[in-house]
Amino acid sequence: MLPPIFGVLFDGIAYGMLLFVLSVGLSVTLGLMNFVNLAHCAFAMIGGYVTVTLVNQFGWPFLATLPAAFAAAAVTSVVLERLLYRRLYRASDLDQVLLTIGLAFISVSVAAYIFGTVQQPISTPEALRGSVQFLGLNLGKYRLFLIGVALVVTLALVIGLEYTRFGAQVRASVDNQRMARGLGIDVDWTFASTFALGSGLAGLGGALAIEIVGLDPNFSFTYLVYVLIVVSVGGLGSIAGSFAAAMLIGISDIAGKYYVPELGAFLIYLVMVVVLMWKPAGLFGKR
Amino acid sequence: MAQPTTTVTPQSYLLARGRWHPLEIVFWLATLLPFVLFPNYLSLASQIAITALFALSLDLILGYAGIVSLGHAAFFGIGAYSAGLFSKYVWGEPFSGLLVAAALAGLLGYGTSFIISRFRHLPLIMITLGLGLLAHEVANSAHWLTGGSDGLQGVRTQPIFGVFRFDLYGQTAYAYSLGVLFIVFLCARRLINSPFGLALRGIRENWNRMPAIGADSRAHIRKAYTIAAIIAGICGALLTQTTNSASLESISFQRSADVLVMLVLGGAGRLYGGLVGAAIFMIARDQFSGIAPQFWYFWIGVLLVAVVMFLPNGILGGLAKITARWRRP
Repeated sequence: MLPPIFGVLFDGIAYGMLLFVLSVGLSVTLGLMNFVNLAHCAFAMIGGYVTVTLVNQFGWPFLATLPAAFAAAAVTSVVLERLLYRRLYRASDLDQVLLTIGLAFISVSVAAYIFGTVQQPISTPEALRGSVQFLGLNLGKYRLFLIGVALVVTLALVIGLEYTRFGAQVRASVDNQRMARGLGIDVDWTFASTFALGSGLAGLGGALAIEIVGLDPNFSFTYLVYVLIVVSVGGLGSIAGSFAAAMLIGISDIAGKYYVPELGAFLIYLVMVVVLMWKPAGLFGKR
Repeated sequence: MAQPTTTVTPQSYLLARGRWHPLEIVFWLATLLPFVLFPNYLSLASQIAITALFALSLDLILGYAGIVSLGHAAFFGIGAYSAGLFSKYVWGEPFSGLLVAAALAGLLGYGTSFIISRFRHLPLIMITLGLGLLAHEVANSAHWLTGGSDGLQGVRTQPIFGVFRFDLYGQTAYAYSLGVLFIVFLCARRLINSPFGLALRGIRENWNRMPAIGADSRAHIRKAYTIAAIIAGICGALLTQTTNSASLESISFQRSADVLVMLVLGGAGRLYGGLVGAAIFMIARDQFSGIAPQFWYFWIGVLLVAVVMFLPNGILGGLAKITARWRRP
């Protein structure tokens, strides 16, 4: 028999895993491409709405919609990257912030126009409902599933960036663009596909998040804060850093809400400010 | 055609910048028009004056010193709540309320400026965002003091000089806000056209070189940030005094984002950029108030994308470009 604190810990870990899937894409694009993309959660929201529509309108099974959510977010992001983002790669932080905040505003309005401002209901498959008993703890099946997905994503990312040809090209393009071009690497294509991958992961995160935190048009901004906190605490471009930071923020948020509810979100903001003051480049940041 | 060359010293440059342009005089005379032309819109005019002052304070740090802040509403909110609490528990006289709010916001600004001046780029954006959200959470959870999401009730502002009551039509409110805006604007104008203002612009352009020529970047940033915080506090106090209420909205992220949009729309790094941007933004929002707020933000988003893509220096920057081309074809 384990004391209830382990239940809180479990929920915190599951929440942290969700934050990780949502934010790792931003960490990669920010760290690799130096682009401040505040519209990242808009891509997550696209994934969420794709899943909701496919499940509720077309009767797709929940699990089958997850790749669709990934693809929809990735495709949208590539279109925007080609049209708008590409022109601002060398612009100032402020211009990038303004452009992407503008896109986030647009996403909120469009979502409200199409789907209304209400929370979207979602029905998960039978197998993911309820909970399993483990040493006296009630572990939600959906949260276990979430943890599994996040671990698979982490593993795939680490292997993909460290051990594949594509990963080597990405790292080369980031370290020295001109040299990479000289060696015949198509840097534009590499960046575009990295960006699509990051946004696709956000879309997957958005689809997975509906069951835990719900989905409404303000998702773009509500979770942007969390995602930015995870990315800046973890350090740009560091997958391990994002993972550690997502765990830290997820657990402290859930534990804070459970034990000292009157503090609200105070605790995670405090964690973020303190970590950034101590290490401006984040826990695992290189610069 | 060789122009007669005159030696331009920093002193003569600043003096030339400090002279009043006829258009500026026209602008300030035009601010008096609402009293005559739109007597029914004086409350809105007062809101515009307050927001314009807030945009001006952000311009000091963002436009001139290059500090991107996503949490500037923290100081606005501090000013709003401290003026409200001061009039509720101590004394309802408006000018002393302004001073108290300015002092508290300035103290907090000075404290946080030590953090702000250490960072640049993304960590800076994140820290200002985090501090702004922290301030919002504090105001939200200190329900006993601020009223939380219900807003601060029971603010009573006494008449100005004991004579001019804050009336329903907003005549006093607009005169008061406009007066404060004008006085603070004069101070900001003087500041920008001083060697200190020039040093700030130097820091914005090259952070590393300024200390080498004797202007300590961090000390300058601290001063500029504190001054901007004081002005933002005054704006918050003005809003509380003219509406007799203070709400969480005054310290929200939304306000920080809105003021950034206004400033960029008008043109950052120009004294009148914030004022023009605030006027356009507020009037447009009033005109479109019939449509739901989430759709209003669609157009704000489109506007932002358009400004970044096509008008990098805002409306005033675009106008300056056109007139420059017109003068020298």
